[in-house]
Amino acid sequence: MISAHLPILQVVVPLIAAPLGLLFRRTPNLAWLLTLVISWLTLAISVALLAQVLTGGPISYELGSWAPPWGIEYRIDILSAFVLLIVSGVGALVILYARQSVEAEIPGDRIYLFYTMYLLALAGLLGIVTTGDAFNLFVFLEISSLSSYVLIALGAERRALTAAFRYLVLGTIGATFYVIGVGLMYQMTGTLNIADLAARLPDVVQTRTMLVAIGFLTVGIGLKLGLFPVHVWLPNAYTYAPSVVTAFLAATATKVAVYVLLRMYYTVFQGHLFAPLPVDEILFVLGILAMLAMSAVAIFQTNAKRLLAYSSVAQIGYMILGISLVTVTGLTAGVLHLFNHALMKAALFLALGCVFLRIRSAKVDDMAGLGKAMPWTMAAFVLGGFSLIGVPLTVGFISKWYLILAALEKDWWWLAAIILISSLLAVIYIWRVVEVAYFRARPAEAPPVTEAPLFMLVPMWALVLANIYFGIDTDLTVGTAARAAQFLMGVGS
Amino acid sequence: MNVLGLFNYWIVVILMMAGFYVVIAQENMIKKLVGLNVFQVAVFVFYISMSKIDGATAPILGDEFEVYANPLPHVLILTAIVVGVATTALGLALIVRIRDAYDTVEDDEIQRIEETEA
Amino acid sequence: MSADTAILAALATPLIGGLLILLTGSIPNLREAVTLVTAAVLFLIVASITPTVLAGDRPEVTLLQMLPGLDITFRVEPLGMLFGLIASGLWIINSIYSIGYMRGNDEGHQTRFYFFFAVALSSAVGVAFSGNMLTLFVCYEVLTLSTYPLVTHHGDANSLRSGRIYMGILLGTSIGLLLFGMVWTWHVAGTLNFTQGGILEGKADETITVALLFLYMFGIGKAALMPIHRWLPAAMVAPTPVSALLHAVAVVKAGAFTVVKVIVYIFGVDFLADTGATEWLMIVAAATLLIASVVAMRKDNLKARLAYSTISQLSYIVLGAALVTGTAIIGAGMHLAMHAMGKITLFFCAGAIYTAAHKTEISQLNGIGRTMPITMGAFAIASLSIIGIPPLGGSWSKFQLMLGAAEGDHLVYVFVYAASSLLSAAYLVPIIARAFLLPPEAKSAGAAAAHEGGIQEAPLPCLIALCTTAVGAIALFFYADAIAALLAPITGPITG
Repeated sequence: MISAHLPILQVVVPLIAAPLGLLFRRTPNLAWLLTLVISWLTLAISVALLAQVLTGGPISYELGSWAPPWGIEYRIDILSAFVLLIVSGVGALVILYARQSVEAEIPGDRIYLFYTMYLLALAGLLGIVTTGDAFNLFVFLEISSLSSYVLIALGAERRALTAAFRYLVLGTIGATFYVIGVGLMYQMTGTLNIADLAARLPDVVQTRTMLVAIGFLTVGIGLKLGLFPVHVWLPNAYTYAPSVVTAFLAATATKVAVYVLLRMYYTVFQGHLFAPLPVDEILFVLGILAMLAMSAVAIFQTNAKRLLAYSSVAQIGYMILGISLVTVTGLTAGVLHLFNHALMKAALFLALGCVFLRIRSAKVDDMAGLGKAMPWTMAAFVLGGFSLIGVPLTVGFISKWYLILAALEKDWWWLAAIILISSLLAVIYIWRVVEVAYFRARPAEAPPVTEAPLFMLVPMWALVLANIYFGIDTDLTVGTAARAAQFLMGVGS
Repeated sequence: MNVLGLFNYWIVVILMMAGFYVVIAQENMIKKLVGLNVFQVAVFVFYISMSKIDGATAPILGDEFEVYANPLPHVLILTAIVVGVATTALGLALIVRIRDAYDTVEDDEIQRIEETEA
Repeated sequence: MSADTAILAALATPLIGGLLILLTGSIPNLREAVTLVTAAVLFLIVASITPTVLAGDRPEVTLLQMLPGLDITFRVEPLGMLFGLIASGLWIINSIYSIGYMRGNDEGHQTRFYFFFAVALSSAVGVAFSGNMLTLFVCYEVLTLSTYPLVTHHGDANSLRSGRIYMGILLGTSIGLLLFGMVWTWHVAGTLNFTQGGILEGKADETITVALLFLYMFGIGKAALMPIHRWLPAAMVAPTPVSALLHAVAVVKAGAFTVVKVIVYIFGVDFLADTGATEWLMIVAAATLLIASVVAMRKDNLKARLAYSTISQLSYIVLGAALVTGTAIIGAGMHLAMHAMGKITLFFCAGAIYTAAHKTEISQLNGIGRTMPITMGAFAIASLSIIGIPPLGGSWSKFQLMLGAAEGDHLVYVFVYAASSLLSAAYLVPIIARAFLLPPEAKSAGAAAAHEGGIQEAPLPCLIALCTTAVGAIALFFYADAIAALLAPITGPITG
C-alpha cells in the first residue's frame, strides 16, 4: 500500500518535517534528532525506490490522481532513482555528523533554523529528481536554492553573507533562464510534462524558438551546476558556508543540477538538439577548460575549503565532458562520476569540518602537524584525496577508467591525455595539504589539538569506506550508471 | 507577422535587458535586487502574453463565449510570483545582515574590504 | 594447502602480520618476532606453490570482479614465482638486518616502519602473482603508496623533498602513462589477461603498438629508465633496510618484472620481434645502462653510487626484454634474481658501515676493511657478482643476456653489456681497493680503532644478514640452472 506512494513520500516527508524544526527553537538537539530520523527515512525510501525501479522498470505516479499531462506526474526511472540514492545517502550521513559541527559553527539560537533549512533543501533536491514536470522542477529548484542561500549565510564569517547574496543573484538569474527555456518549450508544444515534451519536441526542434530555448536552458542550468565559466559564485559559497553545508551542497546540489542537464538534453530533447546546435561541442570545450584551469587554480589556494571548491568545479568538468561525448560510455562515465564525486567530496569536506572544529580554521598553513594530532581525520582526508586523484581501489579510479575509455572509443587519445594531466594536477593540490599536515610540526605556541569526536568520525569514515568499497565492488554503481546511460541514449533496455 | 505584431516580445526583451543591466552595472545591492525583480517580471509578462489568444475571453464558462485564453500560464506565473517574492524577501534580509556586518551595501566597497581582509 | 589457497594466504599473511605489528607495537621484541615469523611464514607459503608451478600448473584465484569483464585475479606463472620467491625470501634476511640497523641507529617510529614494510611486501607479492594487468596495476600503486612513508621516514626537509620526487614520478608516470596504456590495451584487445603469446597480435597496428610500448615502458616508472630514474636516488634518504629490500629488490624489481611481464604476456615476444617495435626501447635501455654507470662513477656518496648502479642494472633487464629473443628474456628473468642478491648485500654493507662507523661517503672509507673485514669481504663478493665474474651468480645472467643479444643479431648490444661490466668494475672495485689497501685517515674514529688493532663491526643481526646474502650470491652461481629451468616455459610454445 505504502510502497505505491513512495515517489511522493520521498519529497513530502522532509518537506512536511521542515517546519516542524521551528518548534525546537530552544532544544536544538531535538531538532537534530528529528532531522536525523527524517533523513534516514528518506534514505530508506530511496533504497526502496531504486529496488523497485531495478526490478519493475520506471515508476509513474499521478499526483492527486490527476492523469498526466493535465496533472503533475512524478516519474522515477533508473537515472532518477540513482541520483535519489546519492542525495539521500549523503544527506543521511552528513546529518549524523552535523550535530557537533553545527554547534561549533552556528550560534545556538539559530541552530534550529539550520535543520529546518536543511530539510527544505533536501526536499527541494529530491523533488527536482522525482518530478516529471518541467515547471514543477523549477519550483523545487527554487525551494532548494532559497534554502541553500540561507544555509550558506549561516556561516560564521561575515563573508558568508556576501557569498550567499552573490549566489542568490546568480542563482535567481539561472532559475529565471530555466523558466524562459521551459516557457518557450511550452509555447511550441503546449505541455509541461517531460514525457509529453519528449514526444512532441522532435518535430519542432529545428525551429528558432527551440534553439533559443536550448540556449536559455543550458546557461540557466549551467549557472546552477557550477559550469565553468559561470561558476563564480561557487568558490566563495563553499568556502564560507558552515562545514556541514559545504559537504552537503558539494555532494548533492551540483549533482542534481547535472541531473537536470542530463534530463533536458537526453530525455526531453533525446539528443536531437546536438544537430541544430553544437551545445555538445561547447560543453566539451568548457569541460576540458574546467578540468585544466580549475585544477591549476586549486593548486594555488591557501584555504583548503576553497581549494576543494575549485577542485569541485574541475570535477564537474569531468562529468560535463562525459555527457558531451554523446556516447553510452561517455554518459556512463558522467553518471558514474556524479555518484563517485559525491562520495569523495563529501568525505573530504567532512574531514575539513573535523579540522575546523578543532583548530577553527581551514587554512592549509594552519593544518601543520595535524597528521599526528588528528590521525583519523587526516587519514580520511588522505584516502579521500587518493580517490580524487584516481588511485586504484577507490571510486575515483573507476570514474577515470570509464572516462578514458570513452575518449579512446572516439579515438581521441589526446583527450585521454588531457584527462590524465588534470588528475595529476589533483595530485599536486592534495599533496600540498598532506605535506603540511604530516611534515610540518605544529607550532609550539599553538593550543593542543585532539581528535574529532566519534560522532563525526563515524559518518566521515563511512563515506571514506564507501569510497573504497565502491572502488572495488562496482556492480551497483557501474551497473546502474551503464543502464541509466543506455536508457538515456535510447539503446538496450 | 511584422515587427509590431511581436510587440509583446519587444517589451519582454527590453524589460529583461534593463533588469539584467541593473543587476550587472549597479554596485548597490538593493538596486541589484530591484534589477533582478525587473528581470523576473519580464518573464512573467512573457508567460502571460503567451496565453493571449486574439478574440478570446478570460476562461470563464458561459454560453456566449467560445474561445478562451489559456489559463495555465497564469497559474504558473502565480507560482513564479510567489517564488519571486520569497527571493526578494530573502535577498533583502541578507542585505540587512550585510549592512550590519560591513556598514555598507555597496558591492564594490565590500569587495575592497574583503580584499584587504584576505 | 592447495596452491589456490596458498596464493590468497601469501597475500594475506603480510597484511595480518602488519596488523599484529601495530597491535604489538609497544613491545619491540614481540613486534620484531612478529615480523620475522610473518616473513618466514610468507616465504614458506610462497615456496609451497613452487612445485606446482614447476610441474607446469598455473594456479589461479579470482577475488572479485572490479569492472565488467575485468577481475582482480591472481595467477602464478614462472616469472612471478621467481619474483615472489626473491621478495619473500629476502624479506626474512632483511628483517633480521632491520632489527640490527633500526636499533643500532635509534630510529624513531619503528612500529610504523615495520607496518608499512609488511604492506609493501604484500603488494610486491601481489605484483608477482597478478593474473592480469589491472590487478598488477592495483598492486603496483599500493606498493608506491605504502613505500612513501618509508622513504620519508625521517620526516625532515630532505625526506620531504625526496618524497615529492618519489611520489611525483612514480604516481605521475603510472597514472599519466601506464593507466592510459592499460585502458587503451583494454579498448583494443578487449582483455587484460596475461596470456602466453600476448594479447595484442592481430589487434593493434604498428603505430598503436609503438605508442602502447612507449606508454608502458615510461609508465612503469619503477623500472627507472632514463629520464624517469630520478626517484630512485631520491629514495635513498630512507633508512638503509628500505633501500636494501625495497629499492634494490622489491620496488625496482617490481618495475623490471612488470616490463618483462608486459613484453612477454601483453605484447608477445614473437609479435614484437616481427614488428620491430622495440628498436627504440633497446636504444633507450642501452643509453640508460651506460649513462647510469658513468654517473655512478662520479658519485661519492655510497648509497647514491649504488642507486645509480641499480638504475644501470635494471636496464640490463629492460634491454634483455627489449631484445625479444627467448634467451635474452630468460637472461632478463635470471638477472632479476642475481642482481637482487648482489645489490641487497651491497646495501646491507653500506648500512653496516653507517651503523658502525657513521660514514656515508666513499672518500671516507680508506682502510675501513681493517676494522670491518667481514662487511667489506661481503661487499667484495657482491661487487664481483654485480660485475659478473665467475663463480658468482651475476656471471650467468650476463652471459645469458649477451648470448640473447647475439642470437637476435644485435651485436652492438653485446658490446654494450660488455662495456657496462667494465664500467661497473670501475665504480665498484675502487671502493674495495680503498677499503683494504689504503691506510686509514689519521684523524677518523675508525683509524683510532685500527691502530689499536680492534675490530669494529656492525651489530650481529646486520652481519648475519649480509653474510647470508653474500653466500647466496655465490650459491646462485651453482643454482642458475634451476632458475633457467623454472623460467624456460615463459617463452615456450603457447599452451594456454
